[in-house]
Amino acid sequence: MDLLLFFLLLVLTFCSGSIIEKNHFKKIIKREKALLRSPMVNFGVKKWSSKRKVIDTKLVYGEAVISADYFKCFVAGLKNLFGGRMTSFESVMDRARREAILRMRESAIGSHLILNVKVESIMINDPKNPQSVPQCAVMAYGTAVTYE
Amino acid sequence: MIMTNIETIPGMKIVGQYGLVSGSTVRAKNAILDFGAGLKNVVGGELKSYTELLIQARQEAISRMQQQAQTLGANAIVNVRFATSAITAGAAEVYAYGTAVKAQTITGA
Repeated sequence: MDLLLFFLLLVLTFCSGSIIEKNHFKKIIKREKALLRSPMVNFGVKKWSSKRKVIDTKLVYGEAVISADYFKCFVAGLKNLFGGRMTSFESVMDRARREAILRMRESAIGSHLILNVKVESIMINDPKNPQSVPQCAVMAYGTAVTYE
Repeated sequence: MIMTNIETIPGMKIVGQYGLVSGSTVRAKNAILDFGAGLKNVVGGELKSYTELLIQARQEAISRMQQQAQTLGANAIVNVRFATSAITAGAAEVYAYGTAVKAQTITGA
């Protein structure tokens, strides 16, 4: 009975996880296409100057917390025995980073350039409990510059 | 207050500096939301309550840093950086730091 429940949980979380992930990637790609014309760079820490007159500078941020599902954890546990790429977690990290960067860029709509973009990430999970599901929290920030 | 995470403020001149200012905060969500996030953990997807937690923590850290800069008499903070750490499950620490400076708009350049 326990085994049956376990398999049911695996199948259910596999379905829910893959549907959520597919939809999320679709949305991310659509939003990235829409923002193709607003440039973002990660330099400018030292003396950055422009020939055009700057009228506004502000700090912009974006945050996202994405969690893996039960099925992904199970697969990763198996993968841990053999080593190699953990594809199931790679896609979670990728989604979290892209989502955070997209939110930052969307909050900077109207400005011409985002300088010195930094991405900071933390794993919020219980270190004492090896069974806990990893959650990836990402914070992206940069300086948005608006020309006259 | 103007904040940038580069070493200058475009279009402005830095005329004085007041040293490093910083602000930090540790925030946690209540048990009900933690339980909700636990359920969401099984199916996967975005944890909206934790995202909100992170946003609130960031705002709090920034406002503390700005207060510190204001008491020093600065009107801008340059080279702002964030550091984050996970202290326990369900709590996030956000630490913001930067250099408080006095900036002036360049006139007749």
